[in-house]
Amino acid sequence: MRVETRRRWAITGLTGPAYLWLTVTIFLPLSAMLYFSFQMKGPFGKHTSEFTLKHYDAFFTKDYLQALTWRSLEMGFHTTALCLIIGFPAAYILAKRIKGRWREALFLLVVLPFWSNALVRIFSWTIVLRPDGFLDRAVHLVLPGVPPIDLTDSYAAIIIGLTHSYLPYMILTCYLSLQAIDDSLIEAARSMGARAHTIFWRIILPLSIPGLAAGTVLIFVPVIGSFFEPKLLGGTQGAMIGTVIEEQFTVVSNWPLGGALSFILLAIILLILGVSSPFLRQHMKSS
Amino acid sequence: MSEVSARNVTKRYGELRALDNVSLDFPDGSFFALLGPSGSGKTTLLRSIAGFVEPEEGEILIDGVDVAHIPAHKRDIGMVFQNYALFPHMNVFDNIAFGLSVRGVSKADTRKRVGDLLDLVQLSGLDERKPKQLSGGQQQRVALARALVTDPKVLLLDEPLGALDKRLRQEMQIELKQIQRAVGITAIFVTHDQEEALTLSDQIAIINDGKLVQIGEPNEIYENPRTRFAASFLGDANFMEGSVDGDRVTVENLGALATSSPLAGARATLAVRPEKMQLTALDAAVSEGNRVEGTVTQRVFSGTSVTYIVETAAGPMRTFQQNAGDRMFDADEKVAITWSPNHTVVVED
Repeated sequence: MRVETRRRWAITGLTGPAYLWLTVTIFLPLSAMLYFSFQMKGPFGKHTSEFTLKHYDAFFTKDYLQALTWRSLEMGFHTTALCLIIGFPAAYILAKRIKGRWREALFLLVVLPFWSNALVRIFSWTIVLRPDGFLDRAVHLVLPGVPPIDLTDSYAAIIIGLTHSYLPYMILTCYLSLQAIDDSLIEAARSMGARAHTIFWRIILPLSIPGLAAGTVLIFVPVIGSFFEPKLLGGTQGAMIGTVIEEQFTVVSNWPLGGALSFILLAIILLILGVSSPFLRQHMKSS
Repeated sequence: MSEVSARNVTKRYGELRALDNVSLDFPDGSFFALLGPSGSGKTTLLRSIAGFVEPEEGEILIDGVDVAHIPAHKRDIGMVFQNYALFPHMNVFDNIAFGLSVRGVSKADTRKRVGDLLDLVQLSGLDERKPKQLSGGQQQRVALARALVTDPKVLLLDEPLGALDKRLRQEMQIELKQIQRAVGITAIFVTHDQEEALTLSDQIAIINDGKLVQIGEPNEIYENPRTRFAASFLGDANFMEGSVDGDRVTVENLGALATSSPLAGARATLAVRPEKMQLTALDAAVSEGNRVEGTVTQRVFSGTSVTYIVETAAGPMRTFQQNAGDRMFDADEKVAITWSPNHTVVVED
């Protein structure tokens, strides 16, 4: 066999199983969902194929669906922004300021939320945030005069819960980027007369963009579609496009509408990634 | 142009003294090598001058000013790092221009100055390249240009040629020295490579265990090493220990050896460079100076010279003989080693 053919066989043999797995677990179910999103009825009972665009049309005619989508995007934006604001400095301290055993210990604390069940985590927050809850008591211990703090069923509660759940992604991706920045680069910049803030803006931040971008995508995308966090922490304030989609499947059994809304959300996400990719590519290439 | 001084500098890392009361003057415009094995403290001294390490005791003076309270970014130094430390997200132009841009130099002046430096290091036309697209030697030149662009008082180089292969290293040694001369800057470089120290520098300071062993011009240190360490770290040496007997040193099994170095105390260690020893047949005419007999145990031919290991009554000795077309000696052949008292140096242990 020629080298070229053998190499082609090797590539096929090595990547084949992964592609097969992706096909079976992602592509097939998604295709089925795409098919049903254009059907009148879901895959129940007697099935008659009947093509329709009405589920997609619903998104554009029903104002509340657009409003909820917008609200979900806002929720994604706020959560991602908070994760950035907290996660990047945390990653910086872990990567550049702390050495040895302390770093391992702090890492464990960062990853710990991953090891607990997501539902348990969210329910714990309801205990912390309710009136006379943990937060309320703690604040009143320090500032006895302030009015009672009740974050139950509020937008703020949703953002707090989501930020807590997704923060590790930001810390870990930023940590990897920051860790890769050789300390000698920082010393070189100092030797050339750069102050700390110049070094941050011109060396550290540009070289961290891959980590920041990865963290942003890993957080923004799932947060937009999240449903149980808004439901449990937001209560009446928790209506989002994610909760509407979930209800189409679990409550009202309108799979075609649920599917159609899912694909619209997917399209919006792809659009956002597409618009931001030239900027990202420019920075990714360099580092 | 500036002069740098270290006065009684001590730096501890826990129990370890990385620098132990080191005093050293780096004259204006000199190319000064800090030579020592790894962990000797030479890099700590360089980083103390740069401002990345704070010594516990003593002071560092640049142009007579104590810089203890001047942070690294205000010391006006240029530094070349071992791994070059080029900014990977910036192209060659922006890397070199970095020091100018933090000083707020105008666009036009920056363009001109960076252009001059690209000419100096012979990289004109590569301004748009990213560091990754350059060879090791080219990266080295960018690092040098970047360190020189702000016209700093001192140029510090941390094992500047360590990452290059041998041929390129030799080329860069010559070029580095030319550039240093042309710019006229005081340059201090750290190396563990004795050959590099000998070729590049006007002055060498040998450092070991955080202490200064010897300072001097390359040939001065080479010909007159003060200690056993200096003799063996800078070049090769054969050592002989014996008791002082008037103006001679009596070495057990070898007899009395003459030296032109002054002798003091009861015992002395003599050092002789391998290339200073002549190898002759046993029956050859007796020459002046010291003579020792032995048996060739090994012969290593390396083109321009031949290295012989000769087993003598006081242990093996190493000699280099120029390949001048003379007869070569074979293994197991009995030979006489002769050398001049002038090349017999008394060293401290």
